[in-house]
Amino acid sequence: MSALIVQSLYKIFGSRADEAVRRLADGKPRTEALAGLPATAAVIDANFEVRPGEIFVVMGLSGSGKSTLIRMLNGLLQPTRGSVRVDGVELTTLRPAALRKLRREKISMVFQHFALMPHRTVLENAGYALEVAGLPKAERRERAMDALRMVGLTEWADNLPHDLSGGMRQRVGLARALAAGTEILLMDEAFSALDPLIRREIQDQLLELQAELGKTIIFITHDLNEAMRLGDRIAVMRDGRIVQIGTAEEILTDPANDYVAQFVADVDRTRILTAASVMEKPQQVLDVNAGPRVAAKALRESQTSVVYVTGPMKRFLGTVTEDEVLRALREGRPHLDGYVSTERVRTVTADTSVADLFADCAESQHPVAVLDERDRLIGVIPRITLLSALAAATPDEPTQGQDQVELVGTKGEPA
Amino acid sequence: MSRTQSPLDSWLPRVPLGAWTESAVDWATATLGPFFDGVAAVVEALVRPLNDLLTGVPAVVVVLVLAGLGWWLRGWKFALGTALGLGLVAGMPYWEETMSTLAQVLVASTLALLMAIPLGVLVAENKRASAVARPVLDLMQTMPAFVYLIPAIFFFGIGTVPGVLATLVFSMPPGVRLTELGLRQVDKEIVQAAESFGAPPWMVLLRTKLPLALPTIMTGVNQVIMLALSMVVIAGMVGAGGLGDVIMFALSQVEVGSGFEGGIAVVILAVVLDRLTDSAGDRFPSARAQRLARQAA
Repeated sequence: MSALIVQSLYKIFGSRADEAVRRLADGKPRTEALAGLPATAAVIDANFEVRPGEIFVVMGLSGSGKSTLIRMLNGLLQPTRGSVRVDGVELTTLRPAALRKLRREKISMVFQHFALMPHRTVLENAGYALEVAGLPKAERRERAMDALRMVGLTEWADNLPHDLSGGMRQRVGLARALAAGTEILLMDEAFSALDPLIRREIQDQLLELQAELGKTIIFITHDLNEAMRLGDRIAVMRDGRIVQIGTAEEILTDPANDYVAQFVADVDRTRILTAASVMEKPQQVLDVNAGPRVAAKALRESQTSVVYVTGPMKRFLGTVTEDEVLRALREGRPHLDGYVSTERVRTVTADTSVADLFADCAESQHPVAVLDERDRLIGVIPRITLLSALAAATPDEPTQGQDQVELVGTKGEPA
Repeated sequence: MSRTQSPLDSWLPRVPLGAWTESAVDWATATLGPFFDGVAAVVEALVRPLNDLLTGVPAVVVVLVLAGLGWWLRGWKFALGTALGLGLVAGMPYWEETMSTLAQVLVASTLALLMAIPLGVLVAENKRASAVARPVLDLMQTMPAFVYLIPAIFFFGIGTVPGVLATLVFSMPPGVRLTELGLRQVDKEIVQAAESFGAPPWMVLLRTKLPLALPTIMTGVNQVIMLALSMVVIAGMVGAGGLGDVIMFALSQVEVGSGFEGGIAVVILAVVLDRLTDSAGDRFPSARAQRLARQAA
């Protein structure tokens, strides 16, 4: 039996919804079908079933209707037409009180911008669903603590959300949903507001938790990488319609139409993967004002031969090697300024595809530096990392590619 | 008053709005008399004891209590300023009048807020109520303050009660408006989050929306008190007593000295009340959390 069944679901904003639904029924594009009507169609004839324990990803660009769709699955938005069945219960005809009960017991949600309550502590936020359910305080606390433990945030329980970094806040959002103990989890662009490295870290954490808990997850994203990485199955949405549902591999190898084909264009996997998705956290980064002794210590501790140097505003300046550190020490200079070289390292941006990394990697003497739009160093790519990412991205295992990358750990860092 | 009419305007109908208003007020006076008597009794019962208390205790006690409150809310500098300012007032001949003005302001603004905040909640939650309330609030705010005194005299005669009630009406609108604004500004996603976990509407309102709207609502409280203070002086015209009387008398006798003394007492009272209510808002944890969040962003 399916955990969630959606049939012929429509959401029309504006008036004359009946007429709009009738005109859309034969599959014409929405702009053409609704010309002259004071209505816009956000979701058109959506049909799918989600199996218990799977991660079902809905992927589409902004305006494709995916956020509207997910909000109809727990009744935050009332569908115009069609049926949503959760665990066999038809949701669209429920009265408000019954709908609230269903939300408490069956479905919880994680939001794009975290939607934590700024005036409540992390623990109180995590226990919110239990408070709504009317549990006694002690039990609430215990279960909220359990949920925080799952996401590794117990030490922050008594802080306000403001004290936490974006990644940590979203882990509180996740803990809040997990503490509710519902079978189904709706995740609306849950990781889209996070930095690439943090995003991957929390994706991993979700996959780990999922392996343990086996929730039914409906995950909305506009990011193909994320969809491929997380989804057991993926639904691709365009202009309000679902154009294809399938596994990552099915969508890559057998796109339903030109749009999907274009979307996954030349996925030759090296193009799905970006620099951001294979990079590692840079081991040794020093400010340019650091002294050569500090650099020497850093080199010794990391057993590497190169230190990455940043300047004001964390802008990447270049590298310093053992030889230069030695020279600086001998010449008795107070800091590294003047010894930094840009010759031996190539730089790329986070969205550079892996396919475009080969040349840089070959020519760069040290691991390639990945910079963000403000030239700050956000990661490095050693050759071996690139190679192992490629080796795993054989056509048989299209979603395994990124697992080779060593991750930063799951603790995260405070704001 | 009449004016010479151009032949071009002769087709315009005469609208006897004034006459209608008069007959409406006449009707209300005749039929709602007992109701107005009841209202008057309640207001009287609130103002009189407070007035007696504030004028009954020695001025030093009042000064120290307000300075202590200032210390707690804002720190020693403000406490010192409060003590000096109110000390100056106590040293002038109008301490009793200042205290009865304070009593009237406190009663009028408390009653105004008791109506304004629930009304603001209603208006924020209900589009139709908002559409009705908006023009009424506009009218209440732009109507010249003196005009409120006329029906007040009709309904309640001369004295403190019509003064307090006219003040109440005049000072209420920003309380409603800022409550509505504060509630509407609460992050939609946070409200949705509360709803998505099955919280019933009252819980969303009391535990999510109101705490998050509190800083804006407190601005409304501050505005209501300030408007009440400005109106309570005008209410001196209907014999409400207090500093209004002092200033009206000075005006009619062209006495610069006592007029200035009364005016300074109003200013000092205004500054103290403004700063006290302004910082009271900051003491709520939700206000602090939001300020921190804004600083971080």
